Amino acid sequence: MNAATLSAPSSPPAPVPIISARDVRKGYGKGQNRFEALKGVSFDLREGESVAIVGKSGSGKSTLMHVLALLDAPDAGTLALEGTETRSLRGAKLNRTRNKTFGFVFQQFFLTGSQSVLENVILPMKIAGVGRAERRRRGLAALEQLDLADKAKNKAVNLSGGQKQRVVIARALVNNPRVIFADEPTGNLDSHTGAVVEDILFTLNREHGITLVVVTHDEELAARCDRRILIRDGEIIEDSGVAA
Amino acid sequence: MKTTDLIASAISNTFRSKTRMLLTILAIFVGAFTLTLTSGLGTGINAYIDDTVSGIGASNAMTVTKTSADAGAGFGGDSGPAEYDPDAVSAGGVGPGGGGTVTAMTPDDLDELASIEGVTDVHATKSISTDFIQHDGGTKYVVGVGSLVPGQTTQLSAGVDPDDDTDAYELVLPTSYVEPLGFSDAEDAVGATVSIAITDANREQHVIEATIVGVAEEALASPNGTSIIPNDALTDTLFETQNIGVPADQVDRYAQATVWFDEDASDDDIAALKDRLADAGFTGTTVADQIGAFTTVIDGIVLVLNAFAIIALLAASFGIVNTLFMSVQERTREIGLMKAMGMGSGRVFSLFSLEATFLGFLGSALGVVIAMIVGTGLSAVLADSLLADLPGLTLIAFDPVSIATIILVVMVIAFLAGTLPAARAAKADPVESLRYE
Repeated sequence: MNAATLSAPSSPPAPVPIISARDVRKGYGKGQNRFEALKGVSFDLREGESVAIVGKSGSGKSTLMHVLALLDAPDAGTLALEGTETRSLRGAKLNRTRNKTFGFVFQQFFLTGSQSVLENVILPMKIAGVGRAERRRRGLAALEQLDLADKAKNKAVNLSGGQKQRVVIARALVNNPRVIFADEPTGNLDSHTGAVVEDILFTLNREHGITLVVVTHDEELAARCDRRILIRDGEIIEDSGVAA
Repeated sequence: MKTTDLIASAISNTFRSKTRMLLTILAIFVGAFTLTLTSGLGTGINAYIDDTVSGIGASNAMTVTKTSADAGAGFGGDSGPAEYDPDAVSAGGVGPGGGGTVTAMTPDDLDELASIEGVTDVHATKSISTDFIQHDGGTKYVVGVGSLVPGQTTQLSAGVDPDDDTDAYELVLPTSYVEPLGFSDAEDAVGATVSIAITDANREQHVIEATIVGVAEEALASPNGTSIIPNDALTDTLFETQNIGVPADQVDRYAQATVWFDEDASDDDIAALKDRLADAGFTGTTVADQIGAFTTVIDGIVLVLNAFAIIALLAASFGIVNTLFMSVQERTREIGLMKAMGMGSGRVFSLFSLEATFLGFLGSALGVVIAMIVGTGLSAVLADSLLADLPGLTLIAFDPVSIATIILVVMVIAFLAGTLPAARAAKADPVESLRYE
């Protein structure tokens, strides 16, 4: 899997963190309206970890996730993906890296309602240029994994909220990502289905070793993660993983 | 994303908002429909002219007349009244461009023509005027005599072309003479004998019997028109009969001649040949020259009609822009998601331009198909009513090349219209698109 861009010299004693942020800064607007969303954030994300980024709305946690997921470039500071400076990733290479390395789970699902569940799930593979038969096989396998195989042909719009979020997880999984970014994954779900979705995410994290980054203001969800990073006004206030 | 997947996605996206798609396609349809009909009109009329070209003359033949002192080479060439010329004869014209008064050609002129570089053969056009034609003692009708030089053909509704190698007197009768002469139909006329009366220089009338071997359809630019076409044997006999009593030195007078040149001659070669003819005191007119005026007028009309169709298409293209802008607006999140998942801007651009192109394809294909059905129906109806006097004319005809061109042109217009919304989609920032409040 994308060995060329991701393989980095790894020193046996301390494995290279999958994502390493150093003094990352990001602001929006100009002049008087300038708003600093991130004011120098530094931390390492180890492979296989589950991390909760917690903070109030407007704290900069979504911006941090966007920067970590390479959707946004930091204004200052460095971000390394397995030791590779991400600033060197541009255009098609950047797109490919994002496609192969990351899976996304959003609160708002972002499913195309008029398309079938399977169509929605295989979208990342379609973008990656995977062949039709292979797409179908892997898409169905991902749906099977989330107990949605019988819904494969249904239109996405006809699913319940919990089912939709499971489809989204299937879509995030389908390309065998190394990191799943989940932005308020249970925000739109009732507590029961929310718990089911949480279980699925943590199972993936434990059993498949997929690094899980959850952005949330739900403390209960944050408590289930290995590590909790509290962010306020663009700065890390508390990081439970620093000592570890 | 693979290109095939991109195309498939674009096509399936097109059908997502069906009402909007349908309305956009309708707008394109109107343009494509009009364009197809107008260009079909041009194709139909020009094809008809092309069909009748061989009736006017072979493509490697040129009608040559002797240039009169002040009679110009063509339209607009005459200025003021012409001076009397005792040598002038009326040219019993072959096709358009003939007619008028020209200076008669003598056998010497023919020899001179034959000696001009590039001329491979010379054939004098014998001008014959008969008194009447009659069948089986019936009513007498005035008739002209045309001639069919080698390379010319006529559109026959029955029978065959006259045989120039036989001694028997044969002729082809124009279709308008079939019923007046007492035949039930064209087939009935073939094989019958008619009498042709001709008066010689001594005012003495001669009657010559000839066999009808074919019946010619009337065509726009046919050599016969309402003239009979005799074979060589009959032509010679009629010519000799007409010239009985003419002083020997006046017999061989021809209004015009036909010269042949190399079949592979280029336009430049033909122009050079015309210059050499002009230097020798002759005016040469090719079939292309004669047809040219017709075609130019029709092309001009079709061009104006096409311009209207293009205007309709331009209006439709704004519809495409609008539709796609709405589509981009609606699918902001989807675009953002695809970009977050690693879809490049170029591919997003392609996806939306392909959608526009596909809309253009649907609209134009629909327009073209329906226009072809309507056009064919219309031609069929008109051919039996309004245009019944012009057999062989299909008013609206379609040729695959112009149909394909129309579809392609509409697709290109649609693509261009789609670039604006597609560029907006391609520019979309995934973070911005995925933000929700």
